[in-house]
Amino acid sequence: MSEDKNHDGLSRRRFMKGIGGGVVGTAVLTSVRRGKAAEKYGIVIGPEKAKITLTVNGTQKTLEIDPRMTLLDVLRNRLSFTGTKQVCNKGQCGACTVILDGRTVLACSMLAIDADGTSIETIEGLADGDTLHPIQEQFIKNDALQCGFCTPGFIMSGVVLLRHNPSPTMDEIKEAVSGNLCRCGTYPHIFKAIDDAAKAMKKGG
Amino acid sequence: MSKWKALEKMTYIHQEITRVDGAAKVSGKAEYTYDIQRQGMLYGRILRSPHPHAKVLNVDTSKVETLHGVKAVLGKIKDEVYFVGDDVAAVAAESEAIAEYALTLFKVDYEVLPFTVREQEAKEEDTPKVFSGRDNNLGQVRENSEGDVEKGFAEADAIIERTYHLNVQVHTPLESHGCVCEWRGDDLYMWDSTQGVHGTRSGMARALEMPENQIHVITHHMGGGFGSKFGPKSYNIHCADLAKKAGAPVKLMLNREEEMLAVGNRPSSFQTIKMGAKKDGTLTAFQMDSFGTGGVSGGAGVPQPYIYSFPHWKTRHVDVHINAGPSTPMRAPGHPQANFAMESAMDELAEKLGIDPLNFRLQNDPNQARQQEFKIGAEKFGWNRRKPSGSQKGHLVRGFGVGAGRWGGGGNKRTQAIATIYPDGKADVKIGTQDIGVGTWTIVASVLAEELEIDLADVKPLIGESDYPWAPNSGGSQTAASVTPTVKLAAEKVKSALIQVVADEYGIPAEQITYRKKTFTISGKGETLTWKQACSLLDGKPVSEMAQWQEGLSDSGTAGCQFAEVEVDTETGKVKVLRMVAVQDCGLVVNLLTAKSQVNGAIIGEVGYTLLENRLLDADTGIMPNADLENYKIPGALEMPEFDVSFFDEHERGVIGLGEPPAIPGVGAIANAVSNAIGTRLYELPITPDKVLMAIETRKEG
Repeated sequence: MSEDKNHDGLSRRRFMKGIGGGVVGTAVLTSVRRGKAAEKYGIVIGPEKAKITLTVNGTQKTLEIDPRMTLLDVLRNRLSFTGTKQVCNKGQCGACTVILDGRTVLACSMLAIDADGTSIETIEGLADGDTLHPIQEQFIKNDALQCGFCTPGFIMSGVVLLRHNPSPTMDEIKEAVSGNLCRCGTYPHIFKAIDDAAKAMKKGG
Repeated sequence: MSKWKALEKMTYIHQEITRVDGAAKVSGKAEYTYDIQRQGMLYGRILRSPHPHAKVLNVDTSKVETLHGVKAVLGKIKDEVYFVGDDVAAVAAESEAIAEYALTLFKVDYEVLPFTVREQEAKEEDTPKVFSGRDNNLGQVRENSEGDVEKGFAEADAIIERTYHLNVQVHTPLESHGCVCEWRGDDLYMWDSTQGVHGTRSGMARALEMPENQIHVITHHMGGGFGSKFGPKSYNIHCADLAKKAGAPVKLMLNREEEMLAVGNRPSSFQTIKMGAKKDGTLTAFQMDSFGTGGVSGGAGVPQPYIYSFPHWKTRHVDVHINAGPSTPMRAPGHPQANFAMESAMDELAEKLGIDPLNFRLQNDPNQARQQEFKIGAEKFGWNRRKPSGSQKGHLVRGFGVGAGRWGGGGNKRTQAIATIYPDGKADVKIGTQDIGVGTWTIVASVLAEELEIDLADVKPLIGESDYPWAPNSGGSQTAASVTPTVKLAAEKVKSALIQVVADEYGIPAEQITYRKKTFTISGKGETLTWKQACSLLDGKPVSEMAQWQEGLSDSGTAGCQFAEVEVDTETGKVKVLRMVAVQDCGLVVNLLTAKSQVNGAIIGEVGYTLLENRLLDADTGIMPNADLENYKIPGALEMPEFDVSFFDEHERGVIGLGEPPAIPGVGAIANAVSNAIGTRLYELPITPDKVLMAIETRKEG
């Protein structure tokens, strides 16, 4: 995304300067502009709202957001796509992995305004009606989940792997999900589920 | 007395049944506490102490209250804080960002007090006191003994004396602790990420001084607990208070740092052990002096002497408090700690005596199941290919290790369930247990379908609500052994009730009706009724029966062993676990698929505990510098060994829990494999590359 792309007159460069490069934090808040609400209530957080358009699971959504909101925050708390999980909120665990214009991104570590104009796939968009994606089917079949909190992230990583590499080796599967953490310890079943899905998809197509 | 069917007659139990909540979980539809959204819901945050020990003199909330979007404030929660991350105040606001910002507007006057975060120092007399007004930082000394250790050591031909040190591990469930509180009139509805809806309900009633029937705790799906989530905790109470004050629902989820600091951990352990054996391999005596810290709480005891039989033994333990967050039970509390020290000592003593470590164990383990498991495991693993310790050349060396574990478990006799058959042929069962990721939804459904002999799709498990009949916390590996017998008994009763309805219809005694696989046969009359026809006789009124847990369908007490092969890079010090072979008994395995997942997961937890995980505390500030998922390392995809898991068949014992037993044996097995590879021992976990290199260096010099 170019540095000077406009978001309702607020350039990214100016905005990032304003917030000191951070996502959300106290440093942000001292340099925030005060508007009418500030006069009324004393303290206001955030600069004016920004309008963004996201295509989520094929449906276009236009919404006004606080420009400090992460993509994860917008997906979960504004658009109710709560299948994408919040775990570390620091890009360390992969639980919030979504597909943005075909590649995996960590939704917790991206500002929603930076996703303006993009097409996003979340776990909720993988199934075709009641027909699950082959990876989803294989996750169930191989019991590649326990508490299930990391599961959406792993599945999204697996989906992108198989789109780019329909016949991955076991090492490539492990590498593809190496940014996702699972605490129940389901990894061996996850590897097998992705491997089985690759085989099933090749057979099917 | 009720009995389980023969294995070969089972359709849903002891099968590889996929999770009934699987589709919901892989499609993002499963609603966890974190995902609950309510009309007008606010977001709560807790202000936490930056000091390891301080008096809270004053909390000025005036600036917080003027912030636009703030709806409720709790000032000064307590007078003294005992660790970095202890609760000071709380706030609820319209968005998470506002709540987060509001935390910066509290003005707190602290009187900073001396503190200690090193248990080795905290146990001495002249250190700062964790709790003001106490003379020392020690818990009660616990001493146990059998026989005469002096006599035992006099009989020994070889004696070792070592200190084993295990650091603090943090549970790290991926869904942090948290809840959503909503008041409806005088009733509190609380969605909570808990391991016990009933325990949390009764605890909240006590804490809020409310009638128990006005509190409703809901946990349909939860993102892991591992022993850390036995509620209620302070966040539950703050959240309920904030919601009441704001007059709106409040969601209060802890962030990752809070999760690491404030809501539980596995205590550290320092075990100084002296152990002796005769030339022929008979153990003669065991002595241990141990301490450990559970931060501001206790729980650092270890069940020594572990596994092996000593005619003479003596132990002494004391908990040491430090200014750190409280411990909570963690997957087999105390056992992995005991396992690491004991299995390490066993290997070292075996080496000293020139006996094969496995034979040494077989000679001294009185448990008959484990005797067989050791042999099965050794065969699968190829134990006879084990090389003498330190005998390999080159920078990549491999080693073999073995370890054992035991656990109690067993069913809770107070567990109750209500099973219902509906006129349309569907059935459900209500039981106030919860699925913490182990597959409880699925086993509850499986047992009901098995007993009623109808399709799994036609039964509905209803769990995860405190308004359902009582079931215990999911802890101590007691869930399966509590829940499955009770559901079976409720199903038997409701099935009998339906048979009675059929009998009444025909005007014959119930004994003249037999039921098998969806068919009721009326003896003598040659008539049959389908399940659906029988249910339609209910005439619009569902039939329900309640049952309470009984003995005979479950048991307690498990044995297990694990074998590990590791590869150590002697140039970098990095250890890779190559494969793990586990042999575990857990009685009747209710679900062969999810049981395997649990054992795999337990082994992966052992890999983390043995090689990676360590809560650090800075001695100068009391802060935890690695309170996140990048610097506190948990195992990832690239650390995975190969797994070979098998269950030792003891199905005739009935159902026994499996959550904890397999989380024990591998710790010692992996540590012993490292020693076997490099030819020298490590006495402290986690076995990180720096320690491995140091051990190799010391060996070369020595």
